[in-house]
Amino acid sequence: MRYLPLTDADRREMLSVIGAKSVDDLFKDVPASARLGAKVAGLPDHQGELEVERAFQAFAAKNVSPGTAPFFIGAGAYRHHVPSTVDYMIQRGEFLTSYTPYQPEITQGTLQYLFEFQTQVTLLTGMEVANASMYDGSTGTAEAVLMANRITRRHKALISGGLHPQYRSIIETTAKWEGFKAVLSKADAEGLEDLIASVDKDTSCVVVQNPSFFGHVRDFTKLAEACHAAGALLIVVVTEVVSLGLLKPPGDMGADIVVCEGQSIGNGLGFGGPYVGLFATRDKYMRQMPGRLVGETVDADGKRGFVLTLSTREQHIRREKATSNICTNAGLCALAFTVHLTLLGEAGFTRLSELNHAKASQLADKVSAIAGVKLLNDSFFNEFTVKLPKPAAPVVEALAAKGILGGLPVSRLIPNDPSVENLLLLAATETATDMGMDPLVAALKEVL
Amino acid sequence: MVQSLDRSQGREGGGREGGGRAGGVAAGATSTHGTFTGNRALQIEEPLIFEMGQPGRCGVDLPEPPKVKDRLNGLRRARTIGLPGLSEPQVVQHYTRLSQKNYAIDMGVYPLGSCTMKHNPRINEKVARFAGIGDLHPLQPVSTVQGALELIDQLAHWLKTLTGMPAVAMSPAAGAHGEMCGMMAIAAALEAKGERAKRKVVLAPESAHGTNPATAAALGFTVKPIPANDRGRVDLAALKAALGPDVAAIMLTNPNTCGLFESEIVEISKAVHDVGAYFYCDGANFNAIVGRVRPGDLGVDCMHINLHKTFSTPHGGGGPGAGPVVLSAALAPYAPYPWIVKDGDTWRVAEDGGALKSLGVDGAPLGRLKAFHGQMGMFTRALAYIMSHGADGLKQVAEDAVLSANYVMAALKDVMSPAFEGPCMHEALFDDSFLKDTGVSTLDFAKAMIDEGYHPMTMYFPLVVHGAMLIEPTESQAKEDLDQFIGALRSLTERAKTGTAAEEFKAAPRFSPRRRLDETLAARKPILRWRPSNNPPEGDPMKQAAE
Repeated sequence: MRYLPLTDADRREMLSVIGAKSVDDLFKDVPASARLGAKVAGLPDHQGELEVERAFQAFAAKNVSPGTAPFFIGAGAYRHHVPSTVDYMIQRGEFLTSYTPYQPEITQGTLQYLFEFQTQVTLLTGMEVANASMYDGSTGTAEAVLMANRITRRHKALISGGLHPQYRSIIETTAKWEGFKAVLSKADAEGLEDLIASVDKDTSCVVVQNPSFFGHVRDFTKLAEACHAAGALLIVVVTEVVSLGLLKPPGDMGADIVVCEGQSIGNGLGFGGPYVGLFATRDKYMRQMPGRLVGETVDADGKRGFVLTLSTREQHIRREKATSNICTNAGLCALAFTVHLTLLGEAGFTRLSELNHAKASQLADKVSAIAGVKLLNDSFFNEFTVKLPKPAAPVVEALAAKGILGGLPVSRLIPNDPSVENLLLLAATETATDMGMDPLVAALKEVL
Repeated sequence: MVQSLDRSQGREGGGREGGGRAGGVAAGATSTHGTFTGNRALQIEEPLIFEMGQPGRCGVDLPEPPKVKDRLNGLRRARTIGLPGLSEPQVVQHYTRLSQKNYAIDMGVYPLGSCTMKHNPRINEKVARFAGIGDLHPLQPVSTVQGALELIDQLAHWLKTLTGMPAVAMSPAAGAHGEMCGMMAIAAALEAKGERAKRKVVLAPESAHGTNPATAAALGFTVKPIPANDRGRVDLAALKAALGPDVAAIMLTNPNTCGLFESEIVEISKAVHDVGAYFYCDGANFNAIVGRVRPGDLGVDCMHINLHKTFSTPHGGGGPGAGPVVLSAALAPYAPYPWIVKDGDTWRVAEDGGALKSLGVDGAPLGRLKAFHGQMGMFTRALAYIMSHGADGLKQVAEDAVLSANYVMAALKDVMSPAFEGPCMHEALFDDSFLKDTGVSTLDFAKAMIDEGYHPMTMYFPLVVHGAMLIEPTESQAKEDLDQFIGALRSLTERAKTGTAAEEFKAAPRFSPRRRLDETLAARKPILRWRPSNNPPEGDPMKQAAE
């Protein structure tokens, strides 16, 4: 087996040093009833690289990759172009095959890029402090609610109807099993929801998304003021981080915690994961944050260096009193994010953002010109909702049959709600072209 | 924004405010290393990207956006972001230099106990990047992702078969997330039986990973620690005494964090089940037994599997991980959404109760833990690793991992102090008694290993052993490399025991990109981001530009 360096001669020699007759002796603490005499039954034996590669080609051949079809799906995962440098960098063995920087003297590479990552996240979000990443935006959002509950010592979270439906489900699940109240507003397809009147003295936080799941762009400054007047926190979720190149950052609206799905920068679609959660807050809440933090310090020679810090918040020190049970972050995905954002810089990131908005605008104009199709958004970034004259799910299936991945039927994520049955969510990034948009429009005209 | 820094100052990196940097280095002077740049051959000092940027530079070329009507609701960003501008070659150099400050599995022995730092094959990276696998949207029509769903199901099949368990929840994003999933499933099962309110206690050995008590506490359980016996195993009598009608579950790592197999595991699981509680197994150490022992045969109710440990998905500097949870028949109905179900010849994804019902599947999912379908990129790599090994190779993995750890233990036991009688499983645990009266601590010993070209072992964990050193060589090291590692440790031991080497150990590491870092300073006055004013070098002409 190509991955196993020990030869039979090595094994014999090692056993003799140990003083064991066979490797079975080393497993003598396993109860006899559970010791397998032979390999696990019913599974194939080892294979060469060629055979493994073929098997995966066979899986791949049964899928339709967005690169081969007109593609307009977003809903929390966006297809952007990732520069080749990014993928090259994250495959360097020194990054790929290193672990959590427990020994800072020989992991300054990881620690420095995480420090730079944390800084980039604060700049994008307009916040004061950020951690070294979360699993993804969805789990990070639930952690933000728990953090708000800890800070306010309250146990009621108001969840916007503009928040991604799966993020809402995760908060609901967390609320059920970890014991707090999540009040979920109804789906807000029109972008007209106003939660100010619902904030009261029991509210720990309000969770909103910008742009919303349905694509609407909102200013939450007044909501932030209402939250603060009631002693509650405002959590702003951003599932399309590219929007922050054009939009007023949540920090400038008064957000207390900002959670973003960072996948759009540096990370491919990957069928849903792994992604990277960005998590930022105010300095005053620093010690209530979940996840890892990298801080600057000096070494014994007085030279600048970086270390994991404030770990007294974390499970390996605090155990049952930890701020979260989280152990890993999304290290390599955070590296992809930071490399891509460094390539983009101010000028590139802003232009990328402009391009996305422009492409989506063009798509919105084209699609809403189809008879019977109504654009629900006055405002959007790179994603918007249209109302079709009939249920969207079969329309999307009909488009797929024509080789077009034409958006998400909202009913897939919000089932059994007649008010969203005809809604189609469409996204366009810089990867969209007229050669993709025009076939979508033509096909939509046919199937509607 | 900082425009630029003098390169020699930027490379030197300055000292942090109040950090007591040893002597300011003026531009043009030689640094503490006796070079103009502060570099040492291949070790190149590297500034932060924020100290390198120029507004006129960009590392991507993007077309001019078409002119369209602004639909941003008047919320256009009013101020700049503050991101530095770098060209592509600068970016490549920056991250390449940073990478060279890291130790990695690709470089040599990485014996970090409990983390299973094994070889990461590159075929796994390659297949994960096939367009038909890596470039798929999670919410594409299900008819266009049949191969992806089949792939997930195939990995699920391997995990179930290798563990002897009937079901697996694939969506947890990491081991700790898997723990949360498993413990929620237990809470859900208790609720279904009407016992959730009365069963509030979770038992966990004192040697448990910190995530275990953190998870249980987050779910509202009270954690009761169970002591170890003098053999490093759960004290069965103490466990039995703690068991009662108020106990929801035991969370037990097996092989345990001392690197030992819980030899009374069958009695433990029987005792736990006898009082109506569940057995959560922390599968962090599955590498020791994969292909040789099925946890299902030990009476486990659920166990998370760290794909980045046993199944070699890259550790990536601390993630991403993946933590599928195998479940017993009693807990299977509570697995979270999504469920991947075969309907005739077609794969379906059930994302809600209605979908489950329409597929005719019974279940009472505990909810949803993560958006989309789980860490697909990790599933792909793990499955490639598993298929490469096969059932025969995986058995050999466990055997070689255990053999290597026992070899290290045997070769060091006369000079170091094993914490418990052997044989061990896949990791060898030592305490610090061999360093008694030498003035050298576990930390010093570990730091001296860095100068010998090794990543240190896990230090001070598990907590139940004084000055613990936990060495996990894994199956990936050749015997010659293990021998050199053993030789290095024996040499360090000898030096420490002279009784006159304490100062030398305390000065270690000397040859790494940085020497010991002041962690107290980092925590006392946290600097968690770059700011223009963090630490401009004295008299820096750009200081004003920066502010």
